[in-house]
Amino acid sequence: MREVAVVATASRQVPVLTGTTEVQLMVPLIESARAAVGLTQEDIGFTCSGSSDFLAGQAFSFVHTLDAVGAVPPISESHVEMDGAFALYEAWVKLQIGEVDTALVYSYGKSSPGSLRDVLALQLDPYYLAPLWPPADAVAALQARLLLESGAASPEELAGIAVRSQHHAAANPNAVRSSTDVTVGDVLAEAPVADPLRPSDLAAEADGGCAVVLAAGDRASDLCERPAWIRGIDHRIDAHALGVRDLTRAPSAALAASRAGAGGDRLDLVELHSPTTSQEAILVREIGLDDTTVVNPSGGALAGCTLMAAGLMRIAEAADRITGGTADRALAHATSGPCLQQNLVCVLEGA
Amino acid sequence: MSAEPDGGAGEVRLPPSLEGVERVQSVRTPIRLEYDYRPSAAAESYLRAYEDRRIIGHRSPVDGAVFIPPRGVDPRHGTATTDEVELPDTGHVGNFCVTHLPIPGRKDLELPYVSAWIHLDGAAVGFLGLVRGCATDEVRIGMRVRAVWKPDDELGATAENILHWEPTGEPDVPVEWAGNRAFLRGQAGLEDGADDEATDA
Repeated sequence: MREVAVVATASRQVPVLTGTTEVQLMVPLIESARAAVGLTQEDIGFTCSGSSDFLAGQAFSFVHTLDAVGAVPPISESHVEMDGAFALYEAWVKLQIGEVDTALVYSYGKSSPGSLRDVLALQLDPYYLAPLWPPADAVAALQARLLLESGAASPEELAGIAVRSQHHAAANPNAVRSSTDVTVGDVLAEAPVADPLRPSDLAAEADGGCAVVLAAGDRASDLCERPAWIRGIDHRIDAHALGVRDLTRAPSAALAASRAGAGGDRLDLVELHSPTTSQEAILVREIGLDDTTVVNPSGGALAGCTLMAAGLMRIAEAADRITGGTADRALAHATSGPCLQQNLVCVLEGA
Repeated sequence: MSAEPDGGAGEVRLPPSLEGVERVQSVRTPIRLEYDYRPSAAAESYLRAYEDRRIIGHRSPVDGAVFIPPRGVDPRHGTATTDEVELPDTGHVGNFCVTHLPIPGRKDLELPYVSAWIHLDGAAVGFLGLVRGCATDEVRIGMRVRAVWKPDDELGATAENILHWEPTGEPDVPVEWAGNRAFLRGQAGLEDGADDEATDA
C-alpha cells in the first residue's frame, strides 16, 4: 500500500447560504486548501467531487461547480453522487495506482432551497417506499424506536449524545447548533419531531462545503510538516430495503471499521457522521469505542449537517487535529443512504 | 408478476387470490419537489440590469476577460469575479444554426428560426439569442447585430427583454476573428489581418 495523507483542508458551514451559489461557496475553499500547501490546480494530479443536484434542484450543478476549480487547461476529474468522503475514497484509490501524487477532493451541499426531509425520501426504493414520501426524520424515528425498545439505548443516553454534541460544538465556528449550558433535562423536555426523536436528536441542517488536498509518500511530507496519514480506509454497504435489515445494527459500519484497522490501537478521537443521536449510539457500538476516545470533538454532524459534505468534513476535522498536533490517531466516519445503510471509515495517524 | 414458466428460475405460482386478476402493466409514482431558488448576487444584478435595458458582465481579475452572464467566477481559473462591466447591446454572430422544428410552447416562433451565439462587443464569450430581421440564409458567422428590446412598459428583470437580434448592416467581423477569437484578438493586441498564430494564443 502506498502511504497517502491529508495535507490540507478548508471547510465552511452556515445554517442557510443566501445570495451565494455553490460555485461561489467553493472558490475560496478550494483556493484556501490548495494554497495552504502551496499548490495550484496545475499541480493537482486528480480531482474528485461529491454532490447531489436534488438538493438545490439545479440540473448538472455538479458540472457547474467545476467552474470553482479552474479546469483550464483540462484536468483529470471525477464525481460521485455521494458524500465527499466517498469521493476521497476514489481519490485515495487513484493515488494507490501510483500515476499521480496529489489529489483535490471537494464536496458541498446547498439544501436550503428545497425541503431536505422530502428530498431524502427519493433515496428510498422507487416502487414501494418513495411513493409514500416518508420524511427522513420519520424513517430515522422508526430506527430509533427499535433501538429504544430493544434496550440498546435509553432516551437519557440519546439526550446525552445531543448535549455532548452541542457542548463540543461551542468551540467550532462551522457548527450551526451549539450550546454551553444545555442539559439532558432540556433535551428531554423538547417536543418530539418524529417520536421518539426530538429536535436535538436530529442533525442541524446546514449549507456548506469542504475541500481536502491529499498527497502520497514523500510529496505529503514535503507539503506538510505533519501529514494526517490515511492508515486504513474502507466502505461497506447494507441492504437498501429497510425491512430486511435489523435497524438497531449497522454491520457495514462494523465491517468497515474492522477492515480499516480501527481496533489496532488506541483512538484519541472519532468524528462520526451521525444524522441522529440514535444512529450515533449505533455507530459507537458497531465501531467498538470505549470511554477513552473523545467522540465528535467538533460536535459532529449533529451540530451541523451539510448533506453530501458532512462525511468529508468529519475527515477534515479529524485530519486537522492530527496535523495540528493535538491527536495522534483518529477515526473519521461517513454515511450515506437511509438509516446508516452505507458506511465509510477512515483511520488517520500522525506518525 | 408472471404465472408462466420463466425459463430457468422455476415456475412462479400466484396465490389463489391473485389468479385471474389483471396483471400490473405499469406503476405511476408522480414525483414533485418544490424549490425556492435564489440566484446569486451576480445573477440578481444581471437580471435587475435588464429592467433598464442594460447588460452586465463580470471582468476576470486574471486577464480582463468579460463573462456574460456573470456567475461570480472566471470558470477557466476558478477565480472569483466581482468587477461588473456594462456591455453594449451590439455584437456579432459567433455561430448559429437554422432550426426547422417547432419548440413546444413557443407558438410565437416562426419556422425556420435562427439560434445564434451572440458575442457582444467587449465580451470574451457569447450567449444565446435569436436572429431575425433578415432571411435565414443571410445569417452568417461574423454578421454584426444589435438587440431588439421589448417596449419600455413590458420590461422586466429578465433576459427575455431582448426579443431577438437584428443585423446592423455594418461590415462583418472576419470569420477568423469571430466568436471567442474576438477576445483572443484583443488579448494579442492585434489588428485585422494579423497572422494566424494569434488564434493559438
